[in-house]
Amino acid sequence: MSTTPELLAEVERTFREEHGRVVAALTRRFGDLDLAEDAAAEALVVALEKWPTDGVPPNAGGWLTTTATHRAIDRIRRESQRDTKHQAALMITDDTAHEPTGVVEDDRLRLMFTCCHPALPGEARVALTLRMLGGLTVEEIARAFLVPETTMARRITRAKHKIKAANIPFRVPDGTDVTDRLGTVLDVVHLVFNEGYLAGTGDDPIRADLTGEAIRLGRLLRELVPDDGEVAGLLALMLLIEARRTARVAGGELVTLDQQDRGAWDRELVAEGHALVRECLARVAGGGAAPGRYQLMAAVNAVHTDARDARDTDWSQVAQLYDQLYAVSPTPVVALNRAIAIAELDGPEVALAIVDRLDLDGYHAWHATRADLLRRLGRSAEARAAYDAAIAAGDNPAEQAYLTRRRDELGR
Amino acid sequence: MTQYMLSVQHTGAYPAMDSPEAQEMFAATGAFTDKLQASGQWVFVGGLQGVDTATRIDARGGDAVVTDGAYVESKEHLAGFWVIEAADLDEAIALAAEASKACNDPIEVRPFHSV
Repeated sequence: MSTTPELLAEVERTFREEHGRVVAALTRRFGDLDLAEDAAAEALVVALEKWPTDGVPPNAGGWLTTTATHRAIDRIRRESQRDTKHQAALMITDDTAHEPTGVVEDDRLRLMFTCCHPALPGEARVALTLRMLGGLTVEEIARAFLVPETTMARRITRAKHKIKAANIPFRVPDGTDVTDRLGTVLDVVHLVFNEGYLAGTGDDPIRADLTGEAIRLGRLLRELVPDDGEVAGLLALMLLIEARRTARVAGGELVTLDQQDRGAWDRELVAEGHALVRECLARVAGGGAAPGRYQLMAAVNAVHTDARDARDTDWSQVAQLYDQLYAVSPTPVVALNRAIAIAELDGPEVALAIVDRLDLDGYHAWHATRADLLRRLGRSAEARAAYDAAIAAGDNPAEQAYLTRRRDELGR
Repeated sequence: MTQYMLSVQHTGAYPAMDSPEAQEMFAATGAFTDKLQASGQWVFVGGLQGVDTATRIDARGGDAVVTDGAYVESKEHLAGFWVIEAADLDEAIALAAEASKACNDPIEVRPFHSV
């Protein structure tokens, strides 16, 4: 059998999918993230040699883990011959006790908590998660976050050093901590998604791929922590936004929600997202914890994707959900989104009064919202200035194109 | 096990020794130290006198140059520290949270080099 591009792509895809499992299993066994990462990379080299002729094994994850484990042991032996201090490493066994936490004990979940530890800088959490669990290369992550590869490599190296030096644990936090810590994990996944979402379609495909990567991490979390409402909420939120991806841009220009071709939405993703939101609602109704921000944002998106026509949108429900969201997350951005719903319910004048009170001068969406409200009120000169400010503050080409057209359509 | 230093980052002057807030702080930090000793996590504890008692020595040029005052002139200064032994950073963070409440100051957690 010869190596075909398809086969090579399959090997790479399998490796990326299984990367988190391999690194997590080895980190647990050897207590060393670096060793785990290097051994996983060596296992890929072996896979690239063998799989094209032997085919991808049925349990590819298990195969890669076993191969990587052998490589790691080889390496420890080699190093221990050079340095007797490493002799002890040979005796390393898996002595991590299983904590009765009520959540599924999976090495990948432990790895997520390690990579997203609050003692690490925020950007390092994102990079480590994509590297270790997502199996992205440092070069790919650097490209996705628009920084030089050396910068990203340094960021990841420093984070790994801190994990080792400060002894950041490889385990699921227990008891009361788990909810807070799960929140930081969800925030990392959401950040990855937003990075891809903001990149739109015109940029480097790697950036747009981040939405898919975030959804994959979201699905993994959902599999590992099936009973948490916020985990389900985040996955639902991402699916409902991803479902509208192709309808969101036409001819290089942003298409706003009310103008989108709703027939072009991905029905399967919408259905999956709605099912998750219904599950969240049932959990809350059944006496579960009050919904957090991901569930509420998912619910807003569920209301939007529920309307066959933009005119059928249940704006009072949207406004009510934003009220709830503001109660748990009182930020001016939430207030801005709530004002957009208020414009539909009580008119643009009422909404503009709310928007004008918000301190969001550097935020392009604030200017864009003001511009639209002023346009609807027939205040063209002010609308034009607001469109200019929105264009100056933003950086997404599709959105810039949309705002420019709207500005140029204003009557004098 | 890793040894960590929990250092107390104090801003401004200390309250008077006989003030109720100082007394409350001594009681709380004392209780925290007792707890560390009982659990076997205690290695060392020390409270430092004010920065106005500090002296700086610089012998890099050969002769020891002695000057009055702290090494770094900043509002925030080291007021004291605990050295603890913990299973991992999460355990150290949980203890640091207790320490912060006890002395009513932020705490920096830093691992020692393993010898």
